Amino acid sequence: MRFVDEYRDPVAARACVAEIDRVAGSIAEAKGHHLKFMEVCGGHTHTIYKHGIENVLPPSVELVHGPGCPVCVIPMGRVDDAIAVAKTPGTIFTSFGDMMRVPGGSENLLEAKAQGADVRMVYSPLDALRIAMANPDREVVFFAVGFETTAPSTAVTLLKAKEKGVRNFSVFCNHVTIVPPLKAILESPDLRLDGFLGPGHVSTVIGNHPYRFVPGVYGKPLVTAGFEPLDILQAIVMLCRQIDEGRCEVENQYTRAVVDAGNPKALGVIREVFELRPHFEWRGLGFISQSALKLRESYAAFDAELKFEVPGVRVADPKACQCGEVLKGVIKPWECKVFGTACTPETPIGTCMVSSEGACAAYYNYGRFTKQATIPVKVG
Amino acid sequence: MADGGDGSGDADGTGHDRVAPEDGVAPEDGVAPEDIVLERIEAFRRRRPKLRDDFINSAHGAGGKASAALIDAVFLEAFRNPTLETMADGAVLTLPSGERLAFSTDSYVVKPARFPGGSIGHLAVHGTVNDLSMMGARPQWLSAGFILEDGFSIEELRDIVADMREAAVAAGVEIVTGDTKVVNKGAGDGVYINTAGVGLIPEGVRLDPSLVQPGDKVLVSGKIGDHGVAVLIARGDLALEADIPSDTAPLNGLVETLLAAAPNTRFLRDPTRGGVATVCNELARAAEVSVVLQESAIPVRNIVNGACEILGIDPLYVANEGRLVAVVPPGEADAALAAMRAHPVGADAAVIGEIRDDPPGIVILNTHFGGNRIVDMLVGDPLPRIC
Repeated sequence: MRFVDEYRDPVAARACVAEIDRVAGSIAEAKGHHLKFMEVCGGHTHTIYKHGIENVLPPSVELVHGPGCPVCVIPMGRVDDAIAVAKTPGTIFTSFGDMMRVPGGSENLLEAKAQGADVRMVYSPLDALRIAMANPDREVVFFAVGFETTAPSTAVTLLKAKEKGVRNFSVFCNHVTIVPPLKAILESPDLRLDGFLGPGHVSTVIGNHPYRFVPGVYGKPLVTAGFEPLDILQAIVMLCRQIDEGRCEVENQYTRAVVDAGNPKALGVIREVFELRPHFEWRGLGFISQSALKLRESYAAFDAELKFEVPGVRVADPKACQCGEVLKGVIKPWECKVFGTACTPETPIGTCMVSSEGACAAYYNYGRFTKQATIPVKVG
Repeated sequence: MADGGDGSGDADGTGHDRVAPEDGVAPEDGVAPEDIVLERIEAFRRRRPKLRDDFINSAHGAGGKASAALIDAVFLEAFRNPTLETMADGAVLTLPSGERLAFSTDSYVVKPARFPGGSIGHLAVHGTVNDLSMMGARPQWLSAGFILEDGFSIEELRDIVADMREAAVAAGVEIVTGDTKVVNKGAGDGVYINTAGVGLIPEGVRLDPSLVQPGDKVLVSGKIGDHGVAVLIARGDLALEADIPSDTAPLNGLVETLLAAAPNTRFLRDPTRGGVATVCNELARAAEVSVVLQESAIPVRNIVNGACEILGIDPLYVANEGRLVAVVPPGEADAALAAMRAHPVGADAAVIGEIRDDPPGIVILNTHFGGNRIVDMLVGDPLPRIC
């Protein structure tokens, strides 16, 4: 595939791995422990497992899977709120596919659909707006989730809805921002990370400047990385070199998509439509101040939280679920006590097991044999 | 390390009826804790899936674990008999004369009814013809049952039926009996079609997962994922435009050619819902073998790969309607490949993997990139990722 195969070239990958081995190996030897890097973004976690990257890395480097899966960080109470809205008579509730199986306190959206709620999967918020315009006698709600990656498309949809005077469309806004949870992780007392692979998609919008506090305040290097396997290996090389050379800064591996200042147009529409919430609850991380977006007063007519009765009850995470520790990189997915027994992709307890971007689902689906070398087969 | 369970019956703290976790991971001499967890998961994964739902949802029709659990708990439980329990694409029945029949049925609910490269009419014939072909049978006769919604256009029905006739002629089968029912408006999706079919199995042909042995080669008859992506795009709810026609086609001619070239072919299956990944998983479990696939050898159109990449779905799980997966002994692999490639439906055939004895019940993919990963059964419908 043009523009893809070149980022999956096994020869280039071997060269990267050799370089990681050389640089990280000598650092690990000097420090007496291996290097731990967190990939912040769920898309990275997915790539790492899908392509078997963990099993090509030398033992001197370990990857820790961070909080960047938008599905994984939604607390159960918000899912229950979404289901309550979806069950309101006359409503068409629209959602991205991977939110449909996220468990609320007692059921998920797919189960609500099976019992009669009109829940529809959409691929973009504009599809939800189209459904609203085609069904003027129904209330259509879009379940907005995701970081700065998806927030601009929700914002553009709301601009359009306002421009066209659509009155039966609203957004249940759960958009979150990447910097506050990153700070929360860096302030975690049990943190032991040597650097971060910065999120590529989010950075196409916000740029690299917002991450300067990571090296500046917390003394950890950060390299913004793309989503192809070679992007990730190259970003690891860049992190290793920074440490080896005694540097600690924000670097950009994903130069083909990310510029330091971000995308001013996307940032502009986000500012136009959204403002920061004072507090928002994150799955496993608790309440984090100014970490999520809500609709501005001028868009109140499109705010599902004002238009519908939303229970807003906080549901405690199941006590056996350790999504929080997994999201912070304190434990590996397999170290959670319900991993693979009570919590599986068929019966997810925690959100990390629901989305294929979630660390637990990725490890369960792809990772169980990653410690084995490639098994030679003759196919030609 | 996590602490142990809390000793209450509600082990996961959710109040749900789930399999109780064991208390933490007890250290065992010489075995890493991670490996203990992995062994436990393997044991858990290999159990027959258990039906936990009270209501049908879309996952029960998607061909993955939820479908298997429903079939196991409801249909097998009620109808249990040795023929049904083979869980093949059709039943093999022996007549008093000693001749063997293959008998199969399938229903078609595809939306939209017409898509690039075919229609529900083509699918209804090809699907049953192919199910019979995968049993090694030569399809002969089909039935056709129609469930029509009040208000459905007769002209559209004529077009669909014309497609069925065209497909039947091309496959060399006759539609010899049928049925029509009309349901109230809103109770159906325009048109549903059920077809059943009968075919004769030539003497000496035996296809069964139990015949599969380590060292055997896994072949696929062409590029995968065309049908599923074509239908997804034809639905029009994606902001995607791509010229991908469905692969829908009858496979009986290809199977005859293949069996003539590789008479010891062990196993055939058409990777419809759930795709190549599901077929390989079913094979791995039924034969207690490992299927090792080579990603770089699996034929996928660039445009299909691109669409899947955008949607965050894996072409290995995407439906096909004119492809087959074959397992042949290593000595016959070259002949099988050459025969398939010489047939118009198998021009892009490829050897994509090999059977191993270890780890049993598992499908492993050696990635393009030099790593490897497990290819598991699908849990529900493939759900596109957010970003």
